[in-house]
Amino acid sequence: MEDLSQYPLELKGPNIPMVSFMNVSKGYDSLTVLENLNLNIDKGEMVSIIGPSGSGKTTVLRMLMLEKIDKGVIYLDGKPITHMEKDGLLIPATDKYLLNARTQIGMCFQHFNLFPHMTALQNCMEGLVQVLGMSKNDAKNRSEELLEMVGVIDKKDQHPSRLSGGQQQRVAIARALAMRPKVMLFDEVTSALDPEVIGEVTSVIKKLVAEYNLTMMMVTHQMGFAKDISDRVCFFFDGKIEEQGIPSDLFGNPQHERTKQFLSAIKSAV
Amino acid sequence: MFDWKWDFFWEVLPRLLSATVNTLIAAGVGYVIALVLGLILTLAQRTTFNILNMIVREFVEFIRSTPLILQIFFIFYVGPQFGIKMSPWTAGMVAIGLHYAAYLSEVYRGALDSVPKGQWEACSALSMKTHDTYFRIIIPQALPSALAGMGNYLVGIFKDTPMLSVIGVAELMHTANAIGSENYRFLEPLTMVGVIFLLISIPAAGFIRVFEGWLHKKLGMK
Repeated sequence: MEDLSQYPLELKGPNIPMVSFMNVSKGYDSLTVLENLNLNIDKGEMVSIIGPSGSGKTTVLRMLMLEKIDKGVIYLDGKPITHMEKDGLLIPATDKYLLNARTQIGMCFQHFNLFPHMTALQNCMEGLVQVLGMSKNDAKNRSEELLEMVGVIDKKDQHPSRLSGGQQQRVAIARALAMRPKVMLFDEVTSALDPEVIGEVTSVIKKLVAEYNLTMMMVTHQMGFAKDISDRVCFFFDGKIEEQGIPSDLFGNPQHERTKQFLSAIKSAV
Repeated sequence: MFDWKWDFFWEVLPRLLSATVNTLIAAGVGYVIALVLGLILTLAQRTTFNILNMIVREFVEFIRSTPLILQIFFIFYVGPQFGIKMSPWTAGMVAIGLHYAAYLSEVYRGALDSVPKGQWEACSALSMKTHDTYFRIIIPQALPSALAGMGNYLVGIFKDTPMLSVIGVAELMHTANAIGSENYRFLEPLTMVGVIFLLISIPAAGFIRVFEGWLHKKLGMK
């Protein structure tokens, strides 16, 4: 068993990060995917995560939203989300605590994962009504506002099967934003899209960066996009952060051999 | 050649029709028990409580591996020794309900498994409770693929009701047999039973197909 007393019950101070991974490890069966991850994401920061497949980059996001961790503690806005306090000590969070803590995080997926039996509007309203307990009317207003913002308000009464991939992904972004998360996670949100509609989705994310002070983490294969909009880029290799920095440094002047190799391999593929 | 007597046909028709109503009630009640209990069995197998999972899985396997007729006898004749006394009707409906619940739970299981993993993840990403995840998101999507199997077993239950005659339930087959023995004429009553089964089963199967199509459309999935 891990000694949890080394971790603070909460983070204090004027500039606490929005997300803080402390010594986090995660494996599947005998395979370790992430080892001893220490990463802080500041409030309002946009961090892109890049790296070869199998490097553990998607797992970083999944641990915040979908999976339990094996070791370490993750804090959100100063409070632990993977653990909870009991008698002045941290203990692993109960499912209920975890569910509640995760309402502060929104996530978008590679394959959109919209609910196919609901219209675009119903997709956005579902979490508001069922999870946040909003009235249908308020939920509808907020959802329509967001569908408007992502530019698919004219499709609000359509089921996902009638929408293009770009439109579906924008509805998915609206659905996640509707919950007013403190952190948004984007997991390869453009990877399943046709090239000509990728712009629809990236422009929505750019808008979020420019107009909303939202903390965001994005796993992406689109280096140009990551370079354009990120405050910081993390290059993952073999379950660890191999290199991180501001985009112009990491892309323009990578320090580590593996980063150089990865970037040049990507460049030659294009 | 055939010695078909129409006046005998008309004479026994009312008795057979009232037995048909009884048969439909037995099948209907048995089906409702099977639908609900089947869902409970399926969901119980998906909980994280391992002992419950195992017991339920073994129970389903046990029911599916033994004949319905044995289960009917067992509930009716052995049940009272454990203090469970039921009329032939009740015992019959319970037996059918239990038996088909095991089969329907497999249908549900397959249908739930057919819902993409991403749907579960989307529910988690919205922090939806397990209950809402199942009843609002997963089950509505699993329903269309479960429907074909559910329909088959509806017709299957109806066709299995003659087995209840072994414990003296006056369903269609039992009644036809009684009429035959009383009058030494089996041609008309047995033929009528066959025709009645056909007249109910075929439209029922057709109705299920139409319903399936309607549901797909209603859920916006095609």
